Amino acid sequence: MKTGFYPGCSMKGSAREYSESLMAVAAALGRELPEIPDWNCCGATAAHNLDRDLALALPARILAAAERDGMDEVLVPCAACYSRLSVTRHELLEDEALRRKISELIEAEYKGTARVLNILEWLAAVPDLESRVKAPFARKVACYYGCLLVRPAGIVNFDRPEEPQSMDRLMQRIGAEPLDWAFKTECCGAGFSVSRTDLVARLSSLILDDAVARGAEAIIVACPMCHLNLDLRRPNIEKHAGKKYGIPVLYITQALGLALGIDAKKLGLQRHKVSPSALLVPASAKTAAGPQSASGDAPAEAGAKVPAERTV
Amino acid sequence: MRSDRHAHPASGKLADRVLEKTGVDVARCYQCGKCSAGCPLAADMDLPPSQIMHLLQFREFPEFAEMALRSHTIWLCLTCEICYCRCPMELDIPKVMDALRHEALMQGKVNPKARDIIAFHRAFLDSVRYTGRLYEMGQVVDYKLRSGHFLQDLLQAPGMFLAGKLHLLPERIRGRRLLGRIFARTAAKAKENRP
Repeated sequence: MKTGFYPGCSMKGSAREYSESLMAVAAALGRELPEIPDWNCCGATAAHNLDRDLALALPARILAAAERDGMDEVLVPCAACYSRLSVTRHELLEDEALRRKISELIEAEYKGTARVLNILEWLAAVPDLESRVKAPFARKVACYYGCLLVRPAGIVNFDRPEEPQSMDRLMQRIGAEPLDWAFKTECCGAGFSVSRTDLVARLSSLILDDAVARGAEAIIVACPMCHLNLDLRRPNIEKHAGKKYGIPVLYITQALGLALGIDAKKLGLQRHKVSPSALLVPASAKTAAGPQSASGDAPAEAGAKVPAERTV
Repeated sequence: MRSDRHAHPASGKLADRVLEKTGVDVARCYQCGKCSAGCPLAADMDLPPSQIMHLLQFREFPEFAEMALRSHTIWLCLTCEICYCRCPMELDIPKVMDALRHEALMQGKVNPKARDIIAFHRAFLDSVRYTGRLYEMGQVVDYKLRSGHFLQDLLQAPGMFLAGKLHLLPERIRGRRLLGRIFARTAAKAKENRP
């Protein structure tokens, strides 16, 4: 069984810490993730909004390259790419004429043999995760799935479309307390981050409001678009809402990496707009140490010390 | 293909072309309004999703189809898939929105308020066409030229650059000539379908 890796464009740029943390976690778990050779952009929202054939051809070329390379499944950590690849596979397997037409367009036979995996599926399949935890991520977290990991249900066939549990269970396995909240799968505004920042600020502020009201210490995401909107767009959100939000937004792989005892820098935690430094102080120290940790200004290296202190 | 029966891809009833392109029969919508109730941007739309479906159902009134095509709604749809998820008739409304967007572009009936959204999409695809991947710096410049929003997000760039998130040079894939051919073929087909 060969599992390939489709990073997608965001993970090379604005979401590079997602890629860095995934690679660090994969190395710690002893998993190999070879990239699909010479992969291209999936076309994202732009392609399916403007041209149907293009929206199918771009992901089909990616999947055909994975198949040619002997990959049985492809891990697609970006939820938006995951959606485009899953939808394409579904449509081309349902319609033989369309599959042939798109194969002709990409000058390669697309067969549909490689399965498309999201990050939660891939992580959930790690059998001995609990025993590898060196520093339990003992935080109250709001697991934010966004739209495209779980919908459309008939295509992705993964978890519940509105009250999903898979990320909550993963977070439990590393010692976190996932909260019950109402915005797990509400849209953050996705691809409108640049063209309609006003709408993104409003939708994202609703998500932050609920997470904060429930007492979450962090929002956990599995999508570069969700992270971009909730983290990098924080100044726009705060301007819209007329208030400040301190809550940091972590990729699931970063939370997992911290629990596995990986150095915070290796997980790219210094790249966030909203500093996650409060999370790098051990959760127990926060209550015990008092004023010292209340500042929340622990250096990034603190994350590296956690495992040593907490290893049983 | 069913479209062969039409003299031209843009002729005939819009509801029929939507059915042909998406497999969704808009006549099955019974106007419960669940899509509009759940839509995160319904309040910002000129017509909520259920009314778009309703307009398409009036097959004998081309002016209603025209209203749907010229709506701001079809461009505001985020494809969050919540409407499809909750529709009691399991109608793939986001797919209908895609088809309506393609029709609006083909017929030159794009709502002027959607200008920035479309400029962003085109800038995005330009980058993919020439490099094979999204080149964020190039796309931003392309978008600014297309939209005229020269100052937007200027203050974000230094922070992103310092965080190592903005690359000065694009990553270019080996297969970009093939991508160029794919883009050229799909564009030629779209042009052919224009009335």
